[in-house]
Amino acid sequence: MNSPGEKPRKVIPIAPVASEPSASHSVASLYEAQKKVYPRSISGFFARWRWAMVFLTQAVFYGLPWLEWGQRQMVLFDLGARRFYIFGLVLYPQDFIYLTGLLIISALSLFLFTAVAGRLWCGFACPQTVYTEIFMWIEHKVEGERSARVRLDNGPWTLEKVWKKSLKQTLWVVISLWTGFTFVGYFVPIRQLGAELMALQGSWQMFWVLFYGFATYGNAGFLREQVCKYMCPYARFQSAMFDKDTLIVTYDETRGEPRGPRIKTVDYKAKGLGDCIDCTLCVQVCPVGIDIRDGLQYECIGCGLCVDACNSVMDKMHYPRGLIRFSTQNAVAKGWGRAEIFRHILRPRVLIYTSVLVALCVGMLASLIVRTPLKVDVVRDRAALSRIVAGGKLENIYRLQIMNATESTHRYRVSATGLDGLELVSESEFEVAAAESRWIPVNLRIPYDSAEPGSHPVHFDIEAVGTNAHVREKSVFLVPR
Amino acid sequence: MSDFTHNFWSIYVAGMSLAGILGCLLLLWLTARKKVVSSSDNTTGHVWDEDLTEMNNPMPRWWMWMFVLTIVFSLGYLVFYPGLGNFAGTLGWTQVNEYQDEMKRGEVEIAPVYARFASMSTAQLAGDAPAMAIGERLFMNNCAQCHGSDAHGSKGFPNLTDGDWLHGGSPEKISETIHNGRVGMMPPMVAAVGTPEEVRNVAHYVLSLSGSPHDSVRASLGKPKFAACAACHGMDGKGNQALGAPNLTDDIWLHGWGEAAIVAMVNNGKTNEMPAQAGKLTEPQLAVLTAYVWGKSNKPEVAR
Repeated sequence: MNSPGEKPRKVIPIAPVASEPSASHSVASLYEAQKKVYPRSISGFFARWRWAMVFLTQAVFYGLPWLEWGQRQMVLFDLGARRFYIFGLVLYPQDFIYLTGLLIISALSLFLFTAVAGRLWCGFACPQTVYTEIFMWIEHKVEGERSARVRLDNGPWTLEKVWKKSLKQTLWVVISLWTGFTFVGYFVPIRQLGAELMALQGSWQMFWVLFYGFATYGNAGFLREQVCKYMCPYARFQSAMFDKDTLIVTYDETRGEPRGPRIKTVDYKAKGLGDCIDCTLCVQVCPVGIDIRDGLQYECIGCGLCVDACNSVMDKMHYPRGLIRFSTQNAVAKGWGRAEIFRHILRPRVLIYTSVLVALCVGMLASLIVRTPLKVDVVRDRAALSRIVAGGKLENIYRLQIMNATESTHRYRVSATGLDGLELVSESEFEVAAAESRWIPVNLRIPYDSAEPGSHPVHFDIEAVGTNAHVREKSVFLVPR
Repeated sequence: MSDFTHNFWSIYVAGMSLAGILGCLLLLWLTARKKVVSSSDNTTGHVWDEDLTEMNNPMPRWWMWMFVLTIVFSLGYLVFYPGLGNFAGTLGWTQVNEYQDEMKRGEVEIAPVYARFASMSTAQLAGDAPAMAIGERLFMNNCAQCHGSDAHGSKGFPNLTDGDWLHGGSPEKISETIHNGRVGMMPPMVAAVGTPEEVRNVAHYVLSLSGSPHDSVRASLGKPKFAACAACHGMDGKGNQALGAPNLTDDIWLHGWGEAAIVAMVNNGKTNEMPAQAGKLTEPQLAVLTAYVWGKSNKPEVAR
């Protein structure tokens, strides 16, 4: 079809599906039954880090609601009153920009960490990982090691099995409920919540405690890796942030293959074997149930437990460590050492993520430090554009919403500028209670005929008496034709 | 009350809903029974763009059961709640009921706040800071739209702070106004007054009553014709609160000052309405609001 000299058209080959099941084909259902993963426990460098992160994140999560700041809870998101207390800050819904900033910072940190070292978040800090680890620890303590658990699950319902299963479930439920209670404690003062729940009061609080508790129980007890595989969107878009210099859990195929069992006394190299003794320990410890020796897979959460497992075996075999290790695709392919891997961390995308992240953090911190603990909204009365009052004056009415973002009562003085002869005839000092907001009517007047018909900009200055908090807000004064 | 013009549409909608749900169930059942052939490397055998192979990763089975659960939920929902055409659902749930329930619950919730106010008089309430903080918010949300944030009103909307009352300024009268609303009606009086010239004369007489600038010749000519107005406004023009007829002798001009405004009023009349608030707010709220409005032109009693 192509005329001579024309480039041949690119043909996309579509190989047909084999119509007959053959030896290399199997018949499968469209829905896959969940294969329960029984991870073996392992100790080592990464396992210790995982536990350190469990303690760190959970100490913060479970502990924070119990800390007090003056007369109130240190961190409290009071949705009912629409006030958010974080340490000494009182945030209003109008401070939403800080939440936006926080989310952007979180997202950028995620990008940065992923670009540098893969799914660090997934393997070490994600609540799904952390609670799964806690639940598995209980499972391990109650039902025993991997093989014992498999035996127990496959065995008949003996008294021992009933006892162990019910003990495990009870412990899981207790932790889940406490987690739900703690979570709701961020939104309702936790001490008050505790008292209410003891008295079986507060149906909504109870619902959310149970809801969040149930989510913890289901996700950490049963769904586990299924959440990462089928539900989590982040797991899927992380691959877009990987490149060949990203640290990932890698199996050194050239060193390990061909794998196979061997006798310690026999020279395996002479027999043509690689360093992998095919003990499958790396598969047994994997919390998502994959074989890392098949290469990088989307299920891998980068927890490094297989690294710990393999290193322990290498030590026993007196082989060098690192058959499975955190490395980069480039490093494995080109045989780079540690120094070269580190040099490639500072690549453009990492530098860009870092600089944007630092700039955002500094900006947000600075804006929090110089933040005025006072907010004002000015709303002109719309029903009456302008009115003529005694004494030949024109009057406009405004409503000022004065939001006191401190925890003490303040007096606020209001003044207005912007037009010749502009005077504020209503009361000019108002008291607003701690963390309260108040709508205040304010009347401005100018002498008749002192300004052209139309709209004139005016400014309201609001200062907190006795402090240097000061806000200037713009509005307009309308002069009728 | 049905939103359907014909019963056919009710059946049509119900049928579509059920067919959709059952169709999903059928699809799930068919796919759950289907077996597919997959190769040992877990691909479907499809290859695009030279090396892009299609994997054969089946859905997890629990996902299918979740879908079944949503179907069970939806069928249960359609039994209990309105959703199948005209069928109202066995719980009899409606948005109006829900709204009324929530309002009732809200009223129960705020009742303790108002309990302290129950025994207080209007004057006492007006001097009570917490009550007036509530009153201020109630006024801003329910009254300020017309009367202005400062309650000074504007053209057509009475000023509530000047002590001049169309229907009376006692606490009882203010409460009555807020509860039931008011309709102020001035009929077109041009037939009773006469020619356009005579209407202008009456207008100047009205201006003279409050000592406003006027043509005294026209005013004296208009005075006899004012008899037509006196039925409501009184011979002395001081108005009648029982009828809601304004006082014409003060310098307060609700619907505009000057000859032209008065001529227009005589020629066309005016109907001005304040809506009733009784259904919208609770009795304790109305009492607080009454005190707030009363306090705008009276001296409150400050408890000591």
